[in-house]
Amino acid sequence: MATAFTATNFVQTLSAVNTRSHDKPLFDPLKTTSSFLGSTRKLRLTNSAKLNQPNLHRRSAVVAVSDVVKEKKLKSTSNLLITKEEGLVIYEDMILGRAFEDMCAQMYYRGKMFGFVHLYNGQEAVSTGFIKLLKKEDCVVSTYRDHVHALSKGVPARQVMSELFGKTTGCCRGQGGSMHMFSKEHNLLGGFAFIGEGIPIATGAAFTSKYRREVLKEADCDHVTLAFFGDGTCNNGQFFECLNMAALWKLPIVFVVENNLWAIGMSHLRATSDPQIYKKGPAFGMPGIHVDGMDVLKVREVAKEAIERARRGEGPTLVECETYRFRGHSLADPDELRDPAEKARYAARDPITALKKYMIESKLASETELKAIEKKIEEVVEEAVEFGDESPVPARNQLLENVFADPKGFGIGPDGRYRCEDPKFTEGTAHV
Amino acid sequence: MLGIVRQRVSSVPTLQRMLYASKSFSSAAKEMTVRDALNSALDEEMSADPKVFLMGEEVGDYQGAYKITKGLLEKYGPQRVLDTPITEAGFAGIGVGAAYYGLRPVVEFMTFNFSMQAIDHIINSAAKSNYMSAGQISVPIVFRGPNGAAAGVGAQHSQCYAAWYGSCPGLKVLTPYSSEDARGLLKAAIRDPDPVVFLENELLYGESFPVSAEALNSDFCLPIGKAKIEREGKDLTITAYSKMVGHALKAAEVLAKEGISAEVINLLSIRPLDRAAINASVRKTNRLVTVEEAFSQNGVGAEICASVVEESFEYLDAPVERIAGADVPMPYAANLERMAVPQVDDIVRAAKRTCFRSV
Repeated sequence: MATAFTATNFVQTLSAVNTRSHDKPLFDPLKTTSSFLGSTRKLRLTNSAKLNQPNLHRRSAVVAVSDVVKEKKLKSTSNLLITKEEGLVIYEDMILGRAFEDMCAQMYYRGKMFGFVHLYNGQEAVSTGFIKLLKKEDCVVSTYRDHVHALSKGVPARQVMSELFGKTTGCCRGQGGSMHMFSKEHNLLGGFAFIGEGIPIATGAAFTSKYRREVLKEADCDHVTLAFFGDGTCNNGQFFECLNMAALWKLPIVFVVENNLWAIGMSHLRATSDPQIYKKGPAFGMPGIHVDGMDVLKVREVAKEAIERARRGEGPTLVECETYRFRGHSLADPDELRDPAEKARYAARDPITALKKYMIESKLASETELKAIEKKIEEVVEEAVEFGDESPVPARNQLLENVFADPKGFGIGPDGRYRCEDPKFTEGTAHV
Repeated sequence: MLGIVRQRVSSVPTLQRMLYASKSFSSAAKEMTVRDALNSALDEEMSADPKVFLMGEEVGDYQGAYKITKGLLEKYGPQRVLDTPITEAGFAGIGVGAAYYGLRPVVEFMTFNFSMQAIDHIINSAAKSNYMSAGQISVPIVFRGPNGAAAGVGAQHSQCYAAWYGSCPGLKVLTPYSSEDARGLLKAAIRDPDPVVFLENELLYGESFPVSAEALNSDFCLPIGKAKIEREGKDLTITAYSKMVGHALKAAEVLAKEGISAEVINLLSIRPLDRAAINASVRKTNRLVTVEEAFSQNGVGAEICASVVEESFEYLDAPVERIAGADVPMPYAANLERMAVPQVDDIVRAAKRTCFRSV
């Protein structure tokens, strides 16, 4: 049903946006006098009129799909955006993300985990809205704020918690830590601690999907990669380099910007010349979509389109999800720079509360059913902590393992011989 | 010569025909340039494994800035020989991501100086992932390109990265000298399951070396982590890598005329470093000169000294001599440039110093 940004609808929605009276100042800095994206920081509009003008003539349209979604919702109130089953899955995933992170804060303050721990509270609609639409074979590449992405992708909570506790039962045996969650089984290709570092990795994974289909002739390889990163990253060169190459090579990837308005203590508006990140998509020849990242159903609607577009081989999409983190940058961040009024405004738009309200009002689920989910997740998280607590710390011999793919490292196989000397090493080579 | 033959049989994938054809041309010892050695290694590995692909600046249409990838675009097509935009961080990262997810990329840096733009991906994304993921995500990728001092290109284009990458766990760092080294090590690097930094030398690309029939076999591979005794000797050990192996061999010839027998070790691999071979040689000769083009501080020679002091201290008959590049950014002026990198004479002098004095 929803083909919000296939070519035809693109034009339609664009003209719709242009001809409509601008009741959505969010997407039109020319008209807006209010602050951007709900931040209390004022958007500097110097020269923006001139700068933004050419966009109206661009071939690739800039569309706020959330508008489209909203319209659709109004038109067909009887036709709900999700089924009951989908609703329950989404709700459970979001509750898991929230409960898990709250538990992490407790455990951090109790000294059970250490280093930098970045929590995801408030942004759950993005992780759930996107990742729950993926197949197991699809890839996710995350940032240092990666616990919830891992959970949404299906990595068991006990493995994530145990990793955070630095235990050998963790998803990376305690060798990765909070910022480096990997799971080959779930195609979670890592949390990356540096700004922008994950974007080329994700682009490479998307390149692999295309390569497997077109060069290795695996016709059924339609895997999609999601790259998650924040607003701060969008000023980093790797972002631009990869938008370019992903569009150039039509890679099956969705660039998901979790714009929580703050890069640690640097306001997005103070860091970025043109704060509307989604507009950078069309500049590289791909659709750029803005969506309310506090509304999981809107995120899901946009995500569905972007993922299907990638799966069909039509190339990348840039999606900017306007969201907010309810806690500081990390648990070590005193979070003194954000205006309490701004925080309160977003707290009032809690994505989980909103979903709960929607599900009950549209009779998708009863209060009791949702309570049961909350209870179940509480147990899951408690169990994860117990599991982490009881698990052993890595043994001493683990220190030197896994530096290389060979168990003993340094190109020496289990039999103590160099791998190159193993006759099997040359198997599959063209014979003379 | 092989290059010419190669063009004639360019539609035939294996070296078989080349070998056959070259035999018909001459019965003398076969020679091959380092460039052709690298090219044939890439060609064979690409034909053997469809997961191997090349990416980098000018590797396709232009046939490689130094023509290492000559003919490969024509043979394997633009999907496997990718011309990238000038975005080292971007394409090195894309290569690493592709390796995470099952392909075997060979990423060419036009020179290793440009790898500075992508060093985050080489070290943080490639080298550490296998460990961070507890062995779940291995990264079979090769970063290759010319390294070290070229000629007359100034400070930013003349630098050796062997010690830089050699200090990083999770990487394998290879430094071929001859055509046989280049072929054997590049093929091993591409088949290796771990990230390999493959440091070539621009000034060696055009040099020809004799190659054995065995080395022309498509199964030929050199073991990663083993050094090679290029010349046996009994009076002192000279260690060197890449272009400096040539200098060391020339120095050994000069020394031989003066009655000094030098053993020359071609390190081949900087990480893992073949400490066993170095120490065995020093225990035999009791004297050591290390040669490298790079800066001396925290360098490969420093590491070799430490290893010998730790493991073979009582065998040393003289202090170790370290020959390295001058501790300055590479000057442009030809005379200064010559002074800034080790020359054969420097090695000869150091060898004599170490032989004619005792502890």
